[in-house]
Amino acid sequence: MAKVTIDGRSIEVPDGTTILQAARMIGPEVAPPTMCYHSKLKTSGGYCRTCLVEVTKGSEKDPRPMPKLVASCRTTVMDGMEVGNQTSPKVIEARKGVVEFLLLNHPLDCPICDQAGECHLQDLSYEHGSSKTRTDFERRTFEKIDIGDKIQLHMTRCILCYRCVKVADQITDGRVHGVLNRGDHSEISTYIEQAVDNDFSGNMIDVCPVGALTDKTFRFKSRVWFTKPVTAHRDCEKCSGKVNLWYKGEEVLRVTGRKDQWGEVEEFICNTCRFDKKNTSDWTLEGPAHISNQSVISANHYEVFKKPTEFKLNDIKPLKIEEGSKS
Amino acid sequence: MGKKLLLEHDHVPGIQGYEVYRQHGGYQSVEKAVKTMSPEAIVEEVKKSGLRGRGGAGFPTGMKWSFLAKPEGVARYLVCNADESEPGTFKDRYLMSRIPHLLVEGMITSSFALGVNTAFIYIRGEYYYIVRILENAIAEAYANGFLGKNILGSGYNLDLHVQVGAGAYICGEETALLESLEGKRGNPRIKPPFPAIAGLYGCPTVVNNVETIAAVVPIVNQGGDAYAQIGIGKSAGTKLISASGHINKPGVYEIEMGITVEDFIYSDEYCGGIKNGKKLKAVVAGGSSVPILPADKILTLANGEKRLMSYESLSDGGFGGGTMLGSGGFIVMDETTSIVENLFTFARFYHHESCGQCSPCREGTAWMEKILHKIMDGHGTLADIDLLWEIQAKIEGNTICPLGDAAAWPVASAIRHFRSEFEEYVSNPKSVKVVRHYDAMQNA
Repeated sequence: MAKVTIDGRSIEVPDGTTILQAARMIGPEVAPPTMCYHSKLKTSGGYCRTCLVEVTKGSEKDPRPMPKLVASCRTTVMDGMEVGNQTSPKVIEARKGVVEFLLLNHPLDCPICDQAGECHLQDLSYEHGSSKTRTDFERRTFEKIDIGDKIQLHMTRCILCYRCVKVADQITDGRVHGVLNRGDHSEISTYIEQAVDNDFSGNMIDVCPVGALTDKTFRFKSRVWFTKPVTAHRDCEKCSGKVNLWYKGEEVLRVTGRKDQWGEVEEFICNTCRFDKKNTSDWTLEGPAHISNQSVISANHYEVFKKPTEFKLNDIKPLKIEEGSKS
Repeated sequence: MGKKLLLEHDHVPGIQGYEVYRQHGGYQSVEKAVKTMSPEAIVEEVKKSGLRGRGGAGFPTGMKWSFLAKPEGVARYLVCNADESEPGTFKDRYLMSRIPHLLVEGMITSSFALGVNTAFIYIRGEYYYIVRILENAIAEAYANGFLGKNILGSGYNLDLHVQVGAGAYICGEETALLESLEGKRGNPRIKPPFPAIAGLYGCPTVVNNVETIAAVVPIVNQGGDAYAQIGIGKSAGTKLISASGHINKPGVYEIEMGITVEDFIYSDEYCGGIKNGKKLKAVVAGGSSVPILPADKILTLANGEKRLMSYESLSDGGFGGGTMLGSGGFIVMDETTSIVENLFTFARFYHHESCGQCSPCREGTAWMEKILHKIMDGHGTLADIDLLWEIQAKIEGNTICPLGDAAAWPVASAIRHFRSEFEEYVSNPKSVKVVRHYDAMQNA
């Protein structure tokens, strides 16, 4: 076991836990934001640099601070480690820089992007970014391409998190896409415009933190905050069959995997569940999906806002209606 | 003449071949090592010698070797980093093309010390002609019993392979090199784990620069203590310096560490002074990524003493007033050089060579190049100079591998020491442009 202190709050975690995992155990207030890390994908993380933290004390044995900021998703804790996240001015500054770099060539086309409302980059730039851009250079653009009949790739929006590459490596039977070229010319693509065609390819859409990979069966059908997520399951021979159905009225507009508190897929689902089962009769409904009340999707009132604990009914004076005003 | 350990025989005719090399004391270190020494004893000698990595970082080689994990039944590898791509550095090219057997000998001795049975030389693709030279040398070593099974009857086996890279600067970063060697895209790995624990094919691996491996030969021959006597303080031994730029005698020089920078630039034994009697303006002392220093700062330290060619003296003053020995790519610039144009060239290089894995380097290097291009074209503003400064500060230290730092340091140092020149470009774009074109016509 190792004791680690993050932003002044301590927790004991098993050896081999990363700083990020430990921070998430403590709570969302101290958890660094992430873009490329995904808890269900091995070797993910380390690329985007949004989760950088400052290690002010290396460990009980070797209390020296680490010379550079470290990626919390790829650094394991040591006993006695002290970490600065939100409390470290260095981290705040570096994170602001990372957001600026990520947005440098991002089209910021949120008004017409299907990911808007559940986009990690949108949240990240709102929370950690700056309110104006400092670049007036032309942004890097790419043509949209269809990779397979169900997925569209809009490379212009991509932040190169490598999550879709890891999905293809780890849960499909063969990867046919990857990163081509290098530096800021890097792009996700299939080799010689091949189609991504396998039973689990749809998970690439779910793990994409931005709107680079979108579900062609859902494109432009609705803004996500007008759809109502409902948890449901079915007996599927290929996958767990545990999904969220996104309703608009009586119609199921899309099917996705269930995501946890951090926006990461809990269990990957197959393409049959995702693309072919869009009738309520295909599913056993479980109930309204749990949506954080910070998400815009909760505007659909699935979760009743919690009452503040100190709130007392007696504090409110009843509105007096004067008899005379009634006529 | 200064002491020479590596390039002592580089001008002997036929030294590329086995016979001549052997006549000049070649392969003695292998004989001494496999017949009279234990692997641990060699590592101990290298530790005593104080040899530091010659590829740029200057990490003590003996210590790096002692970190190598030695689990039972798992293969270990030694990889020679011959992907010499730092602009301004060409010492390994010279060494490998002149005395290929010295590298082969160093590889055998080092492999024996580390208990390695398969070793690789990873060489950059642009050095295709050296591949042939190295392969000839390796074939000769096999033919004479220095490679292969049961070397010199000692029971020790070693196979040495040359692998050609495809021409990417990033593959000089040791983990990217290993990825490339495994046949994958040359992206740096995220550390930990370090190669000493999990390197090539997941096995414990040591990656050393060509010059470092070559320096093992004199260390084993003379003993670590004798080697430590050469040089100054913690900068033991000799260093190959690739001198280029506006000097009378550009080329590769082997220096004993501790000579003054002034001596190196102006003495006839080395660079022979500035070309055409011009004045010295600035020096990039260790390859394009180290901070550039103006003439007064490179020649003298803050306390008025002369700056020496050594790891410590060159980095004296930190990043504000010092630089680094780096890989020894010594680029001299005379008074006619435009620091802004020079920086643009460097920035373009790092933009081109960024692997694109992590966001600060991928986006930042491109952004810096664009801004410098804008300044060069006469459209820059004073705010652009500050922006450049801020971008480099946000790249430095926040990336996966040192390429981000390498891209940030030249920008930081150029603005720190030559800010007025950037302001000149921004304030008088027209005059600067005219001067530039006029100069170009004069030189044509």
